[in-house]
Amino acid sequence: MSAAIELQDVTRSFGAVDAVSGVSFAVADGEFFSMLGPSGSGKTTCLRLIAGFDLPTRGHILLSGADASSLPPYERDVNTVFQDYALFPHLSVLENVAYGLRMRGVAAADRAKRSEAALEQVALGGMGGRRPSQLSGGQRQRVALARALVNQPRVLLLDEPLGALDLKLREQMQVELKSLQRQLGITFVYVTHDQSEALSMSDRVAVFNRGRIEQVAPPRVLYAAPRTVFVAGFVGTANIVTAERAKRWTGRDRPVAIRPEHIRVGAPPGDQPSTSGTLVDVLFQGPVSRLAVDTEVGTLSVSVGSHAGDGPSTELGATLQLYWPREAMVELEPTEPV
Amino acid sequence: MQHRPPLARIAAGLYRRHQLALWLLLGPPMLWLGVVYLGSLLSMVWQSAYGFDDFSMQVVPELTLANYRALLDGSNLDIVLRTLGMAVAVTLGCAALAFPIAYYIARHTSGTLKSALYASVMLPMWVSYIVKAYAWTLILAQGGLVYWASDALGLRGALEALLELPVIGGSSLSTSNLGRWFVFVYVWLPYMILPVYAAIERVPENLLQASADLGARPAQTFRSVILPLTFPGVAAGSIFTFSLTLGDYIIPQLIGPSGYYVGTMVNTLHGSVGNLPMAAAFTVVPIVIIGLYLALARRFGAFDAL
Repeated sequence: MSAAIELQDVTRSFGAVDAVSGVSFAVADGEFFSMLGPSGSGKTTCLRLIAGFDLPTRGHILLSGADASSLPPYERDVNTVFQDYALFPHLSVLENVAYGLRMRGVAAADRAKRSEAALEQVALGGMGGRRPSQLSGGQRQRVALARALVNQPRVLLLDEPLGALDLKLREQMQVELKSLQRQLGITFVYVTHDQSEALSMSDRVAVFNRGRIEQVAPPRVLYAAPRTVFVAGFVGTANIVTAERAKRWTGRDRPVAIRPEHIRVGAPPGDQPSTSGTLVDVLFQGPVSRLAVDTEVGTLSVSVGSHAGDGPSTELGATLQLYWPREAMVELEPTEPV
Repeated sequence: MQHRPPLARIAAGLYRRHQLALWLLLGPPMLWLGVVYLGSLLSMVWQSAYGFDDFSMQVVPELTLANYRALLDGSNLDIVLRTLGMAVAVTLGCAALAFPIAYYIARHTSGTLKSALYASVMLPMWVSYIVKAYAWTLILAQGGLVYWASDALGLRGALEALLELPVIGGSSLSTSNLGRWFVFVYVWLPYMILPVYAAIERVPENLLQASADLGARPAQTFRSVILPLTFPGVAAGSIFTFSLTLGDYIIPQLIGPSGYYVGTMVNTLHGSVGNLPMAAAFTVVPIVIIGLYLALARRFGAFDAL
């Protein structure tokens, strides 16, 4: 069975700048796939290429195995939920949701029934008579979702749909979106710059940086085994130790990443890699505290439980010994000269 | 406290007394609006209720509704209906022509070309209205450009057939309603293009993308998204074309068949006859019609962008 979406060496150039450069990946049917990266990394451009709002300069885009690179958006079995919802202001909520069905010639009674059902699905049943201008941001977002889902597309594209919502609403919507996707079994392609959002919702995540994909992996693998310096730093926090400095422990000429929660404070019980340094900052974050320790391999960020009563001294200026398990050092690809 | 120059103290005082500053700013224009504009309008409406002695050709300053009753007379009513008919026809013509032009400039051009086309739409407004009207009398005249072109293209027959048609035809182009309609449309076209252009530009790109994403072909997107959202712009433009045609008194004199328009009637009554009350009564007609039209246009969203 062919992949729901496949990008083959896709490049999109704007003059001399490559917004997307040599990107290849495949999304399986029914997968929740996220494209993660900072602004300008090319993830939204990729989404637009899949939707058909833009055409690739080079490369191919396949939908369900067929080359869709030159198909206009209205001929692709793909629906999009836009970042700013893009609801039609001159139509009611119900008419908005029914729009796609109307364009395809579905009869009025059938349209109304299915649209009402779609609204029920996103917990907006009975709001069909309202206008978009009368709804809150969260409600508009659900209308945009219903409007896309009612067409039962093969693939649903979501362009940072939760960006404009406040934190609590965002977290609630994340849970709802995830369960909706499981329920419907539709392939979701989700664009976000929020790594915690991508990690919590996705089956797999593609990390974008400057138009290229640095790694595609399930969230746990991305966190535990980042491939590059960028991925290690972007997904969660990491201590990056340069190749020359890491050599003493790894014997290899590669930079390593160490997660703050793997570093222990105190004398190493065995022959674990260790170092010592001066405590320069303590950041209380509730359940954990972040210690910044100046060592000979750079400033290391150490995560300690805040409850530690008999724990290490947290007085600024104190000398602390640090150690970590050898496996906690994740080898990264050599940093390309910038 | 430092000694402040008098101007600074006045400015500070005005900053504190907001209302006073507002009244000082608005005072002169409102005085103008109230006294000169509204005052003359009201005095004219008052005048329309005066009588007129046909024998002595003098205004009789007694209140009477005779003028308004006379308006409902056959020939006077014809004048109003004739003018109204042309105003509607011109509005429809301008809308039909302006929309494709505005659409093309807004959505299919960019950069220098777009600015150049936008400027060229506005350029005719730099030319005096009288000059344009007279130019058209020459263009439409028997020995003029249109006749010459139709002969050169072998379309003389078609032109003659067009002029044979009732109502819009006439003995020649420059004495036909068709010719008059054409000149009106030409002269008012920029006033329709600009609001329509603005309305089209205001349609957010993401709505068009959403429409395509949901399966609408370009023609469907046009009918279902662009047309409804730009209609207020057309309504706004129509206010210009409608009211300007309704009150015009120069083009009907230069082009088209004989027969009074409201504007030319007022001109004659005021100038040659001196029947100021009747002229005033005729003037009230377009005021009322336009008042109703504005209310209708408002309902269609012509003022939504304000």
